[in-house]
Amino acid sequence: MNVIVCVKQIPDPALPGELDPSTNNLKRDGKLILDESDSYGVEMALQLVTAAGGGEVSLVSMAPNDETSGLRTALAMGAAKAVLVSDASLAGADALTTAKVLAAATKRLGDVDLIIAGTESSDGYTGTVPEQIAEVLGLPSVTFAKTVAVEGGVLKVDRQTEAGYDEVTCSLPAVVSVTAGVVEPRYPSFKGIMAAKSKPLETVTAADLGVESVSWSQQITTVTDAPAREAGEVIEDDGEAFNKIVQFLDNLKVI
Amino acid sequence: MALDNIWVFSQVADGQPTTGTLELLTKARSLSAQVSAFVAGEPGDAASVLGDHGAAKVYATGDLAGALPGVAVAAAMQAVIDQGDTPDLIMFPQNYEGRDVMARLSVKLDRTVLTNSTDVSVDGDAVSVDTPIFGGAKIVTSTFTGERPFLAAFRPKSFVAEGGAGAAGEVIAAPVPDLGSTGGATVTAVHVEETSGPKLDEAAVVVSGGRGLGEADKFALIEDLAKALKGAPGASRAIVDAGWVPYSYQVGQTGKVVKPTVYIAAGISGATQHMVGMKGSKNIIAINKDKEAPIFGVADLGIVGDVHKVLPQLLEALQSRS
Repeated sequence: MNVIVCVKQIPDPALPGELDPSTNNLKRDGKLILDESDSYGVEMALQLVTAAGGGEVSLVSMAPNDETSGLRTALAMGAAKAVLVSDASLAGADALTTAKVLAAATKRLGDVDLIIAGTESSDGYTGTVPEQIAEVLGLPSVTFAKTVAVEGGVLKVDRQTEAGYDEVTCSLPAVVSVTAGVVEPRYPSFKGIMAAKSKPLETVTAADLGVESVSWSQQITTVTDAPAREAGEVIEDDGEAFNKIVQFLDNLKVI
Repeated sequence: MALDNIWVFSQVADGQPTTGTLELLTKARSLSAQVSAFVAGEPGDAASVLGDHGAAKVYATGDLAGALPGVAVAAAMQAVIDQGDTPDLIMFPQNYEGRDVMARLSVKLDRTVLTNSTDVSVDGDAVSVDTPIFGGAKIVTSTFTGERPFLAAFRPKSFVAEGGAGAAGEVIAAPVPDLGSTGGATVTAVHVEETSGPKLDEAAVVVSGGRGLGEADKFALIEDLAKALKGAPGASRAIVDAGWVPYSYQVGQTGKVVKPTVYIAAGISGATQHMVGMKGSKNIIAINKDKEAPIFGVADLGIVGDVHKVLPQLLEALQSRS
């Protein structure tokens, strides 16, 4: 069973985000790391391939500046190879363009049974790319999967819903987006980290993939500061702080 | 060319349109003389409420027969557009179904999408949406520059639902065409998680717990306190991911957006992902042992202390009053 995982390399979410003042794009010129949301997809793919008893996990990613450190992390977890689309013309690309590029990149990796993506990235969180990739490739999709299994060549998914969850079956090949927490991502071993350094990682441009027109029909016009919420009173609990809460609730007449 | 024709992807649950649907319809009718609802499934009695919120026409796919809404509704929408009803803007709720339908349709029509929006405005020919970023610290305004229809998804509670628009919408069948190779997924069983008490996104009081509770069993403290305040229990993504509570409890960017009279955050540090879902609360009380926690930056009352001590004391004090 061959599985492709779409992964994003993002600025460290622990650091404050910043917009480039000239383009209003999110600054991505520093070191990028593997989006934690995608580590679940990588883990899920590795488990499915192991359960199937053969095949491999490949990665596709799109990032500026030939950045590969996040991809190396996923390779160190156990993925076999990767395609990175790095192209200055894609800076600030919208979700639809991203989906077209990633869909084209998956074709470079040959026959595939399953494409896995996170439900949304931690930095852009548009949350449409997996479903858009499915439509570009003409494939069925199951989004927001919290468990994924393949039985007898059929995909079986518990799909999170607003009210609970649905059991869904799906033919292969297909696209699945997985929620965070679906599995516990493994930490790369030292051996894995060493092996990742020599795993195949091909860097291509949009033109190499045959994606010709890279333009998108939205433009940021202004960026403004939102009205800030003022912090109120902060007190250390001296054993009686609960009384402050009771008083606060009482003043609001909710008790 | 202003906005002359707006569609709203409309969700119906238990025979009633969702609150989010009515919010979008209300906004749509303030922008455009012609508003249509596009319902996944059978509208039934909901057509009157949809009409009262502005939908003169109610397109309905009929029973989806186990197909997932994303691929099915997008195909049905495209069929109606191909037949000549071409909207200027299609508004989607920022939730699972909304995102999936919008994503499939964006590829079919080759249109960009703008998501996580909280407002839409029209200035001459320009249609723009506002999107909060960096946890709501900044607002990005983006303008559509391509061909119509424009596709945009809006966060819950971006607009206030108001009825009074008029008669029931005219129901028009918009059947799902053959999905071909994209139609391989089938829902075989539906599971609904039982809840009691007020709904999380409608409760006047919300009590949420996070990682600071230490272990899953301690979430009972949150449930007991919520019950004592006739409110709803909520959770941070951290403990939902950890499997302590179901996803339906999650407050935040990828969960529910709540705006209660009082929001109590217990053992929640205040990650951006969480703040997005609760910053609009009228009053915020935070209890956390780390005085540097970002949650204190938005709290009206902050208690630096141990939730395992403060919550039981608070609960006892509340129970002794009643």
